[in-house]
Amino acid sequence: MALELIKGNIAVAEAAIRAGLVSYFGYPITPQTELLEHLSARMPELGRGFVQAESELGAINMVYGAACTGLRTMTSSSSPGVSLMQEGISYLAGTELPAVIVDVVRGGPGLGNIAPSQSDYTQMVHGGGHGEYHVIVLAPASVQEAVDLTGLAFDIAEKYRMVVCLLLDGFLGQMMEPVVLPEFQPVRTIPPAWGVGSPDSKERVVLTSINIDPPSQEKFNVKMMTRWQEIEANEVRFKSYYLEDAEYVVIGYGTAGRIALSAVRAAREQGHKIGLLRPITLAPFPTKAVDELAARVKGFLVVEMSNGQMLDDVNAIVAKRAPVDFYGRMGGVVPYPDEIANAISELINGDHDPNADARGKWLAYMRKLVGMGE
Amino acid sequence: MPPKGWVEINELYCKACETCVIDCPTQTLALDMSRLSPKGYHPAFMLHPENCTACGTCAVVCPDAAITVYRGVRPGSKTEGEGA
Amino acid sequence: MVETDVKIVYKRPAGFTDRVTHYCPGCTHGVAHRLIAEVLEEMGELNNTIGVAPVGCAVFAYNYFNFDFVEAAHGRAPAMATGIKRTLPSKTLFTYQGDGDLASMGMGEIVAAAARGEQITVIFINNTNYGMTGGQMAPTTLPGQKTSSSPLGRDVETQGYPIRTAELLATLDGASFVARRSLHDARSIRMAKRALRTAFEVQKHGLGFSMVELLSICPTNWGLNTEDSRKWLAEHMLPYYPVGDFKVSTAVSEMKIGGN
Repeated sequence: MALELIKGNIAVAEAAIRAGLVSYFGYPITPQTELLEHLSARMPELGRGFVQAESELGAINMVYGAACTGLRTMTSSSSPGVSLMQEGISYLAGTELPAVIVDVVRGGPGLGNIAPSQSDYTQMVHGGGHGEYHVIVLAPASVQEAVDLTGLAFDIAEKYRMVVCLLLDGFLGQMMEPVVLPEFQPVRTIPPAWGVGSPDSKERVVLTSINIDPPSQEKFNVKMMTRWQEIEANEVRFKSYYLEDAEYVVIGYGTAGRIALSAVRAAREQGHKIGLLRPITLAPFPTKAVDELAARVKGFLVVEMSNGQMLDDVNAIVAKRAPVDFYGRMGGVVPYPDEIANAISELINGDHDPNADARGKWLAYMRKLVGMGE
Repeated sequence: MPPKGWVEINELYCKACETCVIDCPTQTLALDMSRLSPKGYHPAFMLHPENCTACGTCAVVCPDAAITVYRGVRPGSKTEGEGA
Repeated sequence: MVETDVKIVYKRPAGFTDRVTHYCPGCTHGVAHRLIAEVLEEMGELNNTIGVAPVGCAVFAYNYFNFDFVEAAHGRAPAMATGIKRTLPSKTLFTYQGDGDLASMGMGEIVAAAARGEQITVIFINNTNYGMTGGQMAPTTLPGQKTSSSPLGRDVETQGYPIRTAELLATLDGASFVARRSLHDARSIRMAKRALRTAFEVQKHGLGFSMVELLSICPTNWGLNTEDSRKWLAEHMLPYYPVGDFKVSTAVSEMKIGGN
């Protein structure tokens, strides 16, 4: 197993091939394009399906079709493209189909820019498409973790017949790191019995998201919610750093979590009892872990490259049992470890008021920082 | 001269759109205004069975695949037959 | 098999389930469905076909065909069929789409699929209005035609002109066979069936994208009975939407069709 220096986007593409990807459909968009480019060469070379679609709408609906076979399929995009894909994600969910979607998040809203951001948390974790459904969201913090989670994404997509989103940011997509790529998995090319075109189905297969009778739709939604409960019980993943004796806890995921770790280590060196909880699954969220910490620690700091989209989820769990401070950068700006270190100091030296308006305080700071006066 | 064929109209499918009645080149068919099908339509039937030539036009234009067209002498009259 | 002097000239096709369609009396959706089922049966493709249903009146088409089916989002059927075809290339794929689905919402997907020469067959039902939602103006609504959303008649100054989809797609190099037929009388229906056969044969021979546009009636939303609807189609639609073959690639013209 050799270490190779690979860019995040390409590493994920290659990991998907090795996980047995049968077909890929995508559309170029920065900072995700290398993923599509890599597969445009590799998939045909391996005799597998590749289409550069006419749009993200086209791409996700090609994935919708391919997913109806039950065979491994994937698309990738970045924030504005993923907004377009939300239609198809809802249909995939409504038809109980497995598919993997890679979102290499960039700054927004609107056209925004091509710099790294985490502002798609809400659109992936809390839906974005219409109707009631969940998507499993995996958030790696390194290229190696992205590679490892790519294989996992296909496995759990199939296990639960659900959409799994690999949520990267532009930083992880563009960054080169040494990684070990996984072994090639056997490629399954015969649809399972529930898939269209399967030789094993006992009767004809009809896959649709229509439930024209409301009680039947409600029953379907109950089934989906029950499945989600099972996923919440079995699939939560997170990484703990120095949490055993921690009095203060930083919560951050992906690149923000990684930068926060540097700040936490620096604070530890200064003798502060502080730790980091880095969620790997944003959905299902590590609710139990945060809940247990809320019962014993003196305070939290949530760090994001967004306006506090995850903060709302943490607040709901902590429920004012401890103060929850917030530090975020937006619009494609990546925080420096120093900035997080300052936020840590403010948390530790603050007045520990669980009712304080953390987001308001942060916003006042931001107004000053960006030169918008008092 | 005996008729050259006959048609059977499945009243489960017939919606009384009248297309077959209008297009029948030998005026064999009509809607049966004296009854209602299970779906609540006046189904098409052979008003003049003696005219049928088994040309199949009614089946070609039927939007509900309700019509089976037979060529030959209708069972019961002389010969029993099943062509399926 | 016993030879008798009774022969079945016509019977309900094997590609159909026993479900009664939800289509209005006289609606030619049923004719189009039947022709597809007949052609696939004659080609021996019933067990190898996957259909893609649209959003529109044919949204429940999958209830009536006796083979694998999926249901697409509005307008996206060609993309969905592409996804399946690229994953299972040996399957016969067709989309069944109306004019709102294909020529309005899904114009991007259909043009791209045709341009790619995607190995799928598209059946396009043109009845000049949105049937399922109650007869609103469609891209195919004729100039001056009254619909529930063009109550004074389609005003081309503000509502633009109809789209001749077959002619438009025929301009694309990726499209191998593009034809328009009508379903308003027996002769036209027989011609439509032959065009559908050609379209599916194009796919079976791997010759690229094929589409058949079928002019259809919508008695309920047109406010006409079946017979008057068929006359209206002949008088108003045929002049604007002439039947014919708009694209027959060289390979298709040289293609040999087996069977009948």
